[in-house]
Amino acid sequence: MTDTAANITRVVDARGSFCPGPLMELIRAIRETQVGDVIAVYSSDKGSKTDIPKWVEKAGHRLVALDARDGYDEIVVEKLR
Amino acid sequence: MQRIAILGGGVGGTLTANLLAKKLRRAVDAGEVEIMVVDSTGSHVYQPGFMYIAMGGERAANLARPERSLLDKRVTLVVGDVERVDEARQQVHLANGLKLGYDHLVLATGSRIVPEAIEHFDQEAHHFYTAEAAAKLRAALDRFTGGRIVIGIAGMPYKCPPAPLEVAFLIESELRDRKLRDRSELHFCSPIGRAFTIESVSDMATPILEQKSIELHTFFNVEAIDPARKVVMSLEGEELPYDLLILVPPHKGQQFLMDSGLAPAPGGWLPTDRHTLEVGGRPNVFALGDATDLPLSKAGSTAHFEAPVVAERIVARIEGRAPAGKHADYEGKVMCFFEIGDGKGTLLQFDYDHPPRPPKPNQLWHLGKIVFNKTYWHTVPKGRV
Repeated sequence: MTDTAANITRVVDARGSFCPGPLMELIRAIRETQVGDVIAVYSSDKGSKTDIPKWVEKAGHRLVALDARDGYDEIVVEKLR
Repeated sequence: MQRIAILGGGVGGTLTANLLAKKLRRAVDAGEVEIMVVDSTGSHVYQPGFMYIAMGGERAANLARPERSLLDKRVTLVVGDVERVDEARQQVHLANGLKLGYDHLVLATGSRIVPEAIEHFDQEAHHFYTAEAAAKLRAALDRFTGGRIVIGIAGMPYKCPPAPLEVAFLIESELRDRKLRDRSELHFCSPIGRAFTIESVSDMATPILEQKSIELHTFFNVEAIDPARKVVMSLEGEELPYDLLILVPPHKGQQFLMDSGLAPAPGGWLPTDRHTLEVGGRPNVFALGDATDLPLSKAGSTAHFEAPVVAERIVARIEGRAPAGKHADYEGKVMCFFEIGDGKGTLLQFDYDHPPRPPKPNQLWHLGKIVFNKTYWHTVPKGRV
């Protein structure tokens, strides 16, 4: 297990969902979690790896990791505010 | 006796019932099949017309007809609120105590707006998702003499995705006609990173927003409304002051679907197979229209193209054969008109594999939408188009 994986407090499995589904799932998770929580989003939609980092930057959170997995992307975000 | 219960008398439920009545005419007449539509009001409402109450002089009275008048005589209409579905007993329980048995269940229960999910929404924000709200918005526009209009989307998914953009374009056009444009600012807020979910439509709409000087705010997810300061705030930390606030309210699926274990909370959208339209792998339960969780427009058009598939699949089950023909599977077909303002429109037509390529806006597509709205009662619910 990596350091990032060890810190993940919530996983949003949005595989099979299409844009903007994964982003909307992340936004819902952000609303429901506490500052400092780390959320991993699994998305098979190709747009997520560009849309989600852009949203994270605008919303003032931190992109912890963006990794290509087997057939999907794992995008890890820390809630900062 | 095979009993088909269709919950919801909107576009999807009504058309499915009528298509089934046509295909199973002999079996219904012989008493081998019963087709029931359960609707909470018994009134069929043409919801796309609401926007025109706010924007185009439409009247609420023109947008509703008795559901009975639209149904084939072979279809039984039951008016009542559904309380829950008992899957184990294959029964639909109504609030009035009636229990209806079924062998095949069609969930055409639509979506509902939940403006109360956002504090102060009802007092501060206008919308056009009911006839009453649309009339209030019309009155507010009539009183408007200049200032900041903010148009946004307070939750996804929502009904008729192009509608907020259409409203922005139509209001901009109206303000020019009323010589109020130079005294007004227009702001359009999108929850995602572009003006519209589908990229090709966003690419079409963004230059029109620019040309009409409507300021686009992307990644604006409505979080709160401050009525004292007249400011709408986003989750992303942006604040926009307004004189007139128009927001698409948050939407959900029906509560009884969650209570019955058919749809997950908090959204209440039915987990629906994108091709067979079966719900959660159940071979005798189908969903269509707004009620599904499919990545498609929540629009009457979607239900319109899904209904023949649901009808074919139920008939195939009753006749003990495999679904056949062009309606064996749903391929994601949706078609809708898109108002641009100044008497022009365009057309969005797409499916799962083919994104829309909207033609250059012109008067023809605007007129197409008007004609479609006027002729709806004689065409769509009866399966004539």
